[in-house]
Amino acid sequence: MRVVILAGGMSHERDVSVRSGRRIQEALRQRGVKTAVHDLDATVTDTLSNLDGAVVWPLLHGAAGEDGAVQALLELTGVPYVGTSSDAARVAWSKPIAKTLMRGEGVATPDSATLPQTLFRDVGAERVLDALAERFGFPLVVKPARGGSALGVSLVTERDELSRAMVHCFAYCDVALIEHALTGTEVAVSVVGTGAEARVLPIVEIVSNGPYDYDARYNAGRVEYFAPARLSESEADSVRQTALKIHASFGLRDYSRVDMMIEDGVPNVFDINIAPGMTETSLYPQAVTASGLDLGEMLERIATQALERGV
Amino acid sequence: MRASEIRALFSVASRPEVVSLAGGMPYIGGLPLEEIGDMMRRLIVEHGERALQYGSGQGDETLREYITEVMALEGISAHPDDVVVTTGSQQALDLVTTIFINPGDVVVAEAPSYVGALGVFRSHEAEVVHTPMDADGLIPEDLESTLAALKAAGKRVKFLYTVPNFHNPGGVTLSLERRPQVLEICAKYGVLVLEDNPYGLLGFEGEPLPAMRSMSEEGVIYLGSFSKTFAPGFRVGWAVAPHAVREKLVLASEAAILCPSNASQMAIAAYLAHSDWRGQIKKFREQYRERRDSMLRALEEYMPYASWNVPDGGFYVWVKLPEGLDAKSMLPRAVTGRVAYVPGTAFYFDGQGSSHIRLSYCYPTPEAIREGVRRLAGVIDDELETVKIFGPSGRKPSGVVDFPSPDIA
Repeated sequence: MRVVILAGGMSHERDVSVRSGRRIQEALRQRGVKTAVHDLDATVTDTLSNLDGAVVWPLLHGAAGEDGAVQALLELTGVPYVGTSSDAARVAWSKPIAKTLMRGEGVATPDSATLPQTLFRDVGAERVLDALAERFGFPLVVKPARGGSALGVSLVTERDELSRAMVHCFAYCDVALIEHALTGTEVAVSVVGTGAEARVLPIVEIVSNGPYDYDARYNAGRVEYFAPARLSESEADSVRQTALKIHASFGLRDYSRVDMMIEDGVPNVFDINIAPGMTETSLYPQAVTASGLDLGEMLERIATQALERGV
Repeated sequence: MRASEIRALFSVASRPEVVSLAGGMPYIGGLPLEEIGDMMRRLIVEHGERALQYGSGQGDETLREYITEVMALEGISAHPDDVVVTTGSQQALDLVTTIFINPGDVVVAEAPSYVGALGVFRSHEAEVVHTPMDADGLIPEDLESTLAALKAAGKRVKFLYTVPNFHNPGGVTLSLERRPQVLEICAKYGVLVLEDNPYGLLGFEGEPLPAMRSMSEEGVIYLGSFSKTFAPGFRVGWAVAPHAVREKLVLASEAAILCPSNASQMAIAAYLAHSDWRGQIKKFREQYRERRDSMLRALEEYMPYASWNVPDGGFYVWVKLPEGLDAKSMLPRAVTGRVAYVPGTAFYFDGQGSSHIRLSYCYPTPEAIREGVRRLAGVIDDELETVKIFGPSGRKPSGVVDFPSPDIA
């Protein structure tokens, strides 16, 4: 089997993607799988038309990689690839739309408001910000409606900080999602498989010194991980069921990671990742290791699944 | 030291679709590669047993002689024994800091200062206090009051770190009149001057000013480099220091690396011996002048609302952003806009600098520079719109030094 990994891209998360790509390449290589890494650039369509039976693993993070764009390209080209389809990805990528779907499925997700910059421009900022403060209280979270790696995210603890948080957010994306700030146990739930065969890997608990921001995620030292998470059996079960429900109802394929905060025993979902990070500090590989499997072995299985599924 | 979001965002800058005005990389496209290749071949074939072997901890003697000739162009008269060759002047900076700085000691630096130096000082737990510059470089009166205040506060100031020619990032040059004044003030307060001079020979008008080391042998430690006058890849720089300091530098260097690369040093010595290196510097000057002009014209056309210095040498323009903008906050938008710059905050120890950006004209072609400034103007327009809606985006200064990678330092 040969795997062509697409990594890099030009999103804000390029660096994470490059590192993810290198890591899975190395892990697959150790299993004897032939691999190549390719960036999403003007030469990629040539590569895709000369695949010779390889399977593509799109591991771009951020827009193009997780919003369904690269998947749509792969579907148009007619090549087998790992992961969720373009239509399903597009829904999961948009946090506001994903939350609507979640609520429809009875999955708990923080109360939120979605506001584009144009609205603030047209009606004026101060009153809208006051209304947000009134509705959510502090602390609240401001984040890009489409984004990852905690880029553009601010935990706002007082009214004075709210404008700055909005400016910070809009530098990344023109639509902001404002959410009630959860408190509780933060967990990352990694799923492998598709449909009825999907299963949940050990839950990873995240304990961060300070916010779990970009710096905490990708530089060792500030975060402690517990895999499996220190949850009661009923909490763990509830978390697992929630992840499987998401994986199924969103039509996710091959693998995914759902991020949740358990508040008062209830798992609240705040993010769905269809191309989870695979760096040295990333969560999905930790879950794989905690399950007793070698990362390369798991990745090989996932790639094989995708190749067998075909186009 | 932590890599942060900023450093990761610069990963996108390496893509060719992005016009990077962030790079500090010299334009070496015009080097006579055939000639250098022949030289390297001869070096290994004829002198390989020396070139590929360990060498002297202080550095190759022939090269040290050439270095004194190069420094003579800026008025420095030194003996080859005064020179310590290092792995880039960055290493010389690190060694000087190692031998002088104890945690908590103070280094006085210009406001703004070279990011690579700030990183070294921080890694040795020095405290850096900035002192203001204007169009003629360091302001002597302000330097004096800074030193007096530090003395009154019981702080131990070990040295003044200065980049007197075509400052990175400020672009300004310390005027001739001010040089002896700065030296006098430092001598009065018992503070050494660490003179870092990679760009001195890359001025566009007239002759180089005399180096501060040429005016004071005992009060100045001079750092030089071939990175911009020849090429950075060999990693050869040097320090010239008073005798007692030089002895310690050699010991520290030996402890760190045993000896600098013989192969690199001999390659540069061969280049200086056989190539028209002065002519090459002239070529570089013309190339950088053309690029500077392209950048200034583009700034005038696309960003008339911003303000900037006009550098008459070196690689950088220091641009002040319109009121209310934050250079760090704006960076993600620049990535989306396919242009890169270095936020001014990188050049301050204490989190200031968010109202400025550094633009480099050294590496991209004049056409790409123009396009980069055009894109940057679009980014600024969009950010201005957001700031208009919400008010200024200034962040609280964080304690983290953003330490960009070498190719953008």
